[in-house]
Amino acid sequence: MTTPLVEAEGLVKRFGDLVAVAGIDVRVEAGEAFGFLGPNGAGKTSTMRMIACVSPPSAGRLRVLGMDPLRDGPRIRARLGVVHQEDTLDLELTVRENLLIFGRYFSLPRPVIRARADELLAFVQLTDRADDRVDALSGGMRRRLAIARALINEPELLLLDEPTTGLDPQARHLVWDRLHELKATGTTLVLTTHYMDEAEQLCDRLVIMDGGRIVAEGSPRDLIERHVGREVVDLRFTDDTERDAALTRIGTDGVRAEVLPRRLVAYTDDGDRLVAGLGTAGLHPAAMVVRRAGLEDVFLTLTGRSLEE
Amino acid sequence: MIPIPPDRRPTAGPVFERNLLAYRRMWGAFASGFAEPFLYLLSIGLGVGALVGTVVGPAGARVPYEDFVAPGLLAAAAMNGAVFDTTFNFFYKFKYAKTFDAMLATPLGPRQVAVGELVWAQARGGLYAAAFLATMAGLGLVRSGWAVLCLPAAWLIGFAFAGAGMAATTWMRSFVDFDWVTIVLLPLFLFSATFFPIDRYPDALGWVVRVSPLYQGVALCRGLAFGELHWTLVGHTAYLVVMGTAGVTVARARLARLLLP
Repeated sequence: MTTPLVEAEGLVKRFGDLVAVAGIDVRVEAGEAFGFLGPNGAGKTSTMRMIACVSPPSAGRLRVLGMDPLRDGPRIRARLGVVHQEDTLDLELTVRENLLIFGRYFSLPRPVIRARADELLAFVQLTDRADDRVDALSGGMRRRLAIARALINEPELLLLDEPTTGLDPQARHLVWDRLHELKATGTTLVLTTHYMDEAEQLCDRLVIMDGGRIVAEGSPRDLIERHVGREVVDLRFTDDTERDAALTRIGTDGVRAEVLPRRLVAYTDDGDRLVAGLGTAGLHPAAMVVRRAGLEDVFLTLTGRSLEE
Repeated sequence: MIPIPPDRRPTAGPVFERNLLAYRRMWGAFASGFAEPFLYLLSIGLGVGALVGTVVGPAGARVPYEDFVAPGLLAAAAMNGAVFDTTFNFFYKFKYAKTFDAMLATPLGPRQVAVGELVWAQARGGLYAAAFLATMAGLGLVRSGWAVLCLPAAWLIGFAFAGAGMAATTWMRSFVDFDWVTIVLLPLFLFSATFFPIDRYPDALGWVVRVSPLYQGVALCRGLAFGELHWTLVGHTAYLVVMGTAGVTVARARLARLLLP
């Protein structure tokens, strides 16, 4: 069996009294796309920073590329690619210079960097912006440039912290597209996100984090089937009395539901049947949607809270 | 596949290179560094000098004021240049541009960041000092061949103040805190025997000046410019070496704490 690229056991990160990561176990194998999904403050970024060797663990065991981040930080970082959540592109340099100087940070020979920079600019579709200043780029372009920059050393492991946060839908799809391309060529991806669709799109396997702990682990499909079921019926009511009546009705069919103010989120394998049953009982919600279950529902089931609140 | 040298120890070279690349497009800002000390030399050296006449030089004999003040201005310029780069510019890269966070996504670490930024500030300050010294020579303000050593002396002053400036900057929270830089720098500039001999002070105050940092640089440059090689020059040199080394050491430790929380 090959060594996992990331291996954490009982990993803890504390900042004074604040426990950001409260003991997590994680294994990332070569070639997979692994995700940390969770709301803001769940401990995703702290975990990522420990993996990126820029934040020493407070307790527990962590191995990255088979090495110890405390002892071998620079050697590990030489083989990682990191895309930060906040923009860390060099605003005083042009698009191409950002790639060139980053190659120098890795002590790569100049001819190699130049060739690689041209390939990467083409890969992230920024060739025609190569000589522009970074300020002139849109948010989506900057993120793509950040990805290109993180690939200059041909990393074995690419870390992406919230890769599409703050981007408009079209820009997000362009970024996802590039990441799919990287996945297809065998790059190992580790990403954090609070977008369910992003996790479902990109991750082979993920953990759901909440309050510094892992609350579930598996493939997106697997997690949805295990915790939620195939379909979700989202029901809105004008008041909580109606909601409770509906809850009692669907409860008799053994259907589980999340109770929210004037709202029920019911998990079932047959949404249409549930809706029909409510009609028969004379219950008419103000609005209802039957949809495929997603990771948002898994998070709601596990924590009783919505991800993006 | 690109040959990656993962086991090669990272050096500060690329940090310096990054600044070189960035300043290629900011040559105006770079060139302005030459102008300031030059303007001081013209106005205070030649302008005020014509009114003052002579003052007591390092050897005790009276010397023309412009000869006296020029080495002081050189020392002050070396201080100002080094402090500017390692406070304002360093703070911007550190807190706003996140330049160092980006560097830490590579094999580079706090040590390379601190050393690279320091060497950059040094190189820039050294270039200005060389131009200033050449101007002094051109205007006939240099009294001795030993004045050539003013260049390494200016470099040493730069090192001392760059180290101290960088260390201080790691405690800065916003640009408002930089008022303190001015509050410290201005009296040093005015009262370190830069513009008038130290015997103008009452004894007690004279001793305060004698232990202040810029005075070491002023005395060193002036001694060399006049070829008055006194053993005290060794003391001034040692002071500046210790100050710079302490500054860099503190800056590196602070950067490690702040960049690698």
